Amino acid sequence: MSAIPAYFGYWVTLFLMIAGLYILIARGNLMKKLIGLAVFQSSVYLLYIAPGKLVGGTAPIVAAGFTTYSNPLPHVLILTAIVVGVATLALGLAITVRIREAYGTIEEDEILERDRAGAR
Amino acid sequence: MLEHLAALQVVLPLVAAPLIVLARSTRFAAAATTAVSYACLVIAVALASRVAADGAFSYALGSWQPPWGIEYRVDALSAFVLVAVSLTASFVAPYARASIAAELAADRQYLMYAMYCLCLAGLLGITVTGDAFNLFVFLEISSLASYVLIALGRRRQALMAAYQYMLMGTVGATFYVIGVGLLYLVTGTLNLADLGERLRGVEDLRPVLAALAFITVGIGLKLALFPLHQWLPNAYAYAPSMATAFLAATATKVSVYVLLRFYFTVFDPAALFERLPTRETFLALSVAAMIVASLVAVYEQDVKRLFAWSSVAQIGYITLGIGLENQAGLTGSIAHLLNHGVTKGAIFLLLGGIALRSGARAVTVGGLAGLGRRMPLTAFGLVIAGLSLVGVPGTAGFVTKWFLIQGAIERGAWWVVVAILASSLIAVVYVWRLVEVAYLRAGQGAPARLEAPAGMLAAGLAMTALCVYFGLFTSINVGGAADAAALLLRGAP
Repeated sequence: MSAIPAYFGYWVTLFLMIAGLYILIARGNLMKKLIGLAVFQSSVYLLYIAPGKLVGGTAPIVAAGFTTYSNPLPHVLILTAIVVGVATLALGLAITVRIREAYGTIEEDEILERDRAGAR
Repeated sequence: MLEHLAALQVVLPLVAAPLIVLARSTRFAAAATTAVSYACLVIAVALASRVAADGAFSYALGSWQPPWGIEYRVDALSAFVLVAVSLTASFVAPYARASIAAELAADRQYLMYAMYCLCLAGLLGITVTGDAFNLFVFLEISSLASYVLIALGRRRQALMAAYQYMLMGTVGATFYVIGVGLLYLVTGTLNLADLGERLRGVEDLRPVLAALAFITVGIGLKLALFPLHQWLPNAYAYAPSMATAFLAATATKVSVYVLLRFYFTVFDPAALFERLPTRETFLALSVAAMIVASLVAVYEQDVKRLFAWSSVAQIGYITLGIGLENQAGLTGSIAHLLNHGVTKGAIFLLLGGIALRSGARAVTVGGLAGLGRRMPLTAFGLVIAGLSLVGVPGTAGFVTKWFLIQGAIERGAWWVVVAILASSLIAVVYVWRLVEVAYLRAGQGAPARLEAPAGMLAAGLAMTALCVYFGLFTSINVGGAADAAALLLRGAP
């Protein structure tokens, strides 16, 4: 069982990744799908951030008395990824609002049902 | 000035988008979009001619030297894709004016131009960047813009199509980031060339294999690789005409470029093709796409969706070259990025004119009845582009199939040759269905002759002319593609 504490960050990442994907696939409600998507994307933030942290490491500023530095690059990358994630979520929510206006529901099966009825 | 061209290629459309939003004027938006698209084409051709003369070159963004800073790198392959994308853009931009005016409310038209500019900036950025994470950012810029473009379609199904595409596309992009993250954990670099050097000769390391799997599936979703194509038919069918033409001709092609870049320069091709079943996988999936998607197209009633399914099949031709992995096969694949771009671009541009004049919510196969009388030029263009889709000698489509068949024979894969011919025969069936209805079945009422607005018709026919031009004079498409294929097969990062 020693693998669990040593790779704790990876286990949490994996759990979030699979949980997010599962919600995305299994749920028919468009809002819940977006929540799944957000959880799935969060897992990636953790995948990048966790290995960048060194125990006892400090911010990478050269100063007397400090020799161990954490890698700042993953933070910068994930800041960008978070912005992308927020933009995606905002667009997803906006489309969901429009779908609700056009169909009167945000349940996937009901929407498909109404499209089939409309096509007939 | 000249050395900054690589950056300008992306910066021009990227800056145009917010300017269009601020100006809030449709006239300014249309003029700016057209100007930017032409400028991009000029820059792309200048970059391509520089690469052809002096070889690949790199540009350090903000003078931060690679591998620390973000590098923009133009070589034979990226120059070819840049020209293909901006060539399509330069036809779609003048077409957009009449098309958007007919499909959107007057006060919202400028926003669609802004989205188009953002999408163009993203696609060009993916192609020109030499940094794996920067590539992700551009991938998302172009994708977010294309979700909006699709959602702007007139029918309410467009919203659901955009939503589905958004979910699938975001999962794809996130898979790509996971793959890049794993590669970064192993190598400590994000520069594509640097990654390539550090991954050379790496034996089967589990994180690298996982990264390969994540990147393949992620980019496969974006390029609609066969079982991952579910988002494509609805997205193309319900998007506004101009968006369909632009996305069908460029978006999936740029994703194929990313796959080529990773397969041949980042990962070790020796390991990829010798120790893993890459070749068999790609041949099987491509052949499945070519046959299955073509068969679906035969039974499809909605014309836009019919050609969307045909796109899935044509993407099969493009990925076939990856599976063949030889000079002729890859030349065919890369040339098809351009050949299929102009062919499908021409078809969707002409279909936009038909949809505009028919006034129906969707153009069905039956709705084309009497088209040869009503819109003779449009119908003629559609037939020529259709022939290019089938691969009749003298058209762009034939050039691709010629090289792919040559590549398959070199590999000794005769079943692939049979599959290419079978898929072409099925394409004859679905193109002939349209021709038969358009020319041999009379339309209802008196056939009043009414072509599409001049701007739309001219763009559609000009692109159709390109289908024939690239079929007869192959120095641009085959010449460029052969250089790019040679570059990839040398395996140098």
